[in-house]
Formats: sequence, structure tokens, C-alpha cells
Amino acid sequence: MRILGIAGSLRRDSHNRRLLRAAARLLPPDVELVELDPQAIKSLPHFDEDDEDLEIPAVEAWRDALREADGALFVTPEYNGSVPGSLKNAVDWASRPFSDPALRNLPVAVIGASTGMFGAVWAQGDLRRALGLAGARVVDRELPVPEVHETLHPEHGLGDEDIERELAGILADLVEAIRARRAARV
Amino acid sequence: MSIDTTAAVPVGTWRLDPIHSSASFSVKHMVVATFRGRFDEFDVTLVSDESGARLSGTVEVDSLVVKDEKLAGHMRSPDFFDLERHPQITFESTAVRRDGDDLYVDGELTVKGNTHPVQAKGTITDPVVGLGDSERLGIDLETVVDRHKFGLDWNAPLPKGGTVLADEVKLHVELELTKA
Repeated sequence: MRILGIAGSLRRDSHNRRLLRAAARLLPPDVELVELDPQAIKSLPHFDEDDEDLEIPAVEAWRDALREADGALFVTPEYNGSVPGSLKNAVDWASRPFSDPALRNLPVAVIGASTGMFGAVWAQGDLRRALGLAGARVVDRELPVPEVHETLHPEHGLGDEDIERELAGILADLVEAIRARRAARV
Repeated sequence: MSIDTTAAVPVGTWRLDPIHSSASFSVKHMVVATFRGRFDEFDVTLVSDESGARLSGTVEVDSLVVKDEKLAGHMRSPDFFDLERHPQITFESTAVRRDGDDLYVDGELTVKGNTHPVQAKGTITDPVVGLGDSERLGIDLETVVDRHKFGLDWNAPLPKGGTVLADEVKLHVELELTKA
């Protein structure tokens, strides 16, 4: 089983990318988490309906990355109370064309972190709604990781047992959603 | 008041004329307006004999028609009907009663894998002989369901309170049936 891990922050020392790596360590051994190169999101042009039918290499590569995965884990920071524009732009590209969008029916989960007190909880809610509208099979749980610079050790991962247990639960739900989808398609 | 027995439903096996029939739904939208949609592919059979009448039907979810293709895609997704996993809506009657022109149908409705009892009310006509000597009758039925019981839970808050979609959805079928 292959899960695409998407960190919504593009900066080099992203806390959310570290949270993504902490999540990878909690997955069962038969599940591979493939980390999306941040350039895949950074290189996307601004979504424009006039360009929907063009073959844009960065857009095709992003859609292919989703199609090659059995599911996706989004890890989002929160900018000005919502999803980073670059990540929302990526979701918009993956929601088209309507005939066969890459996100349709794909099991996805959303977690997030911030250095503030609320752990990107608004961004997670907005992202779950956008993914659902795009047709994804969204795990209906959230994981706000507040004060992530204190909570997440650069090498040892999560230092909070409650957050780690919740994260493991969300990952288990995502894996179960992928297995259920596979079983239904056989 | 006594209600006629099921024998009042014309005896025979009656099959759907899809061209002259419709299956639609409506739900309150943005608190004030009524949003409507329909399914273009569905099948219905009415069987009436000495033991009673039975009405059954299936609806193909992929035949959903609404005015906006973005909305149509969302309604096929897991947020709503989850077409990939639940391609059909089904109905099986448990009781069919006629009282003059009025028709009462109780049954089990299955949407998105969730089965719940519903009670529909409407009208039935006596058979007429149509073109090609075929015997035809008409049935018009309505019921109201709570969409949350069937796992269609999506909603979104409005900026100043309330939600986009109401919980209650009216289902409406207008059927022209031909005697087999």
C-alpha cells in the first residue's frame, strides 16, 4: 500500500514536513509513505479554468503522483486562518477535469501543525471541505498540533503521547479506508 | 374510514415506461430556495395478484442530473451518494394499499447502503388502453426522508447562521406502467 504524503508548507525547515515524517514512523510495515517533493506544489501555475485542457508538465506530474497512490496524507500549516494558497491551488488542479479528477474517491486524511495555540485547526477544516468537494474520500477526523516547535523533536518525533495516539488513530482510519475501497473494487 | 384492500390495485405485472416517467428529489437550499434534481435511469415493477401488490424499483445513481456539473460531480462523491461504492438506490414495498384514487406504499428504501422504512403517499389511476392496445396505469408517489439516516451528511454553514442544505428531502416518482 502506498500513501502519498503532502506537506503544505514549502519552506526548507517546515514543521509540517517533520510532522509528516513522524506520521510515516507510525504506519504499519506494509504501508509505504512516499513524500511529495515540495517543488511539485511550488512549480504549479495558478489554477486557471482556461488552461484546464492544456498539458502542463507540472500539473500532469502532480495528478500522476495522486493517481499512483492508494491514498494521501495532507499535513497543512495555517496562514491567516486558512489553507496555504499553494496547497489550495494544488487541490484545485487535482479536482479537474470533472470527467476524471485525480482526487475523486481517493482516501485522504488531513492533519496539521502550527507554532501557535490552535494547531492549524481552521486550515484543516477548510482543507477537508475542499477535498470533499473535489470528490475525495475524506477521513472525518482532525489532528491539531499546537506549539509544534515545542512538541515535535527534530530527530525523536512527537513528544506528546496523546497527540501520537490520535495521529496513529487517524492513520489507522486512512489505511482502513484504503483497504475498504480496494475490497469494494475487487 | 375503511381502506380498500390490495386487491384494488389492478391485477397483473406492470413494467415501467421510462420515457413517460420521472424520479426526482427536492431539498431546501440556502434556507429559502428549493433545489431540484432527478435521476434519468431507473426501473420499477408493480406486481399485483390475489396475494396483494408489490412495488419495487432501482435507480442508477450515475444518471443523476442537476444543472451544474461541479455539483453533479460532488453529489456522486463520497460526501453524498458515493457512486463508486453504492451505484444503485433500491426500493422494495412492504405494504401497498389503495383507497379510491389514493395510494399508500410502505417499503424499505436503500440509499448509500443504508436501509430504512419509508411511507409514500400519492395517487393511482385505473388502467386505460393506450396506443398499440397496451394497458397502462399511472402512479404518482411522494415521501419525505431525513437524508442523514442514509449517510448523506454533507452540509456547510452560512456566514450569518444556518446551513446550506436542509435535512429533509422530498422524493417524487411519476410512473407510467404498462401491463406485461
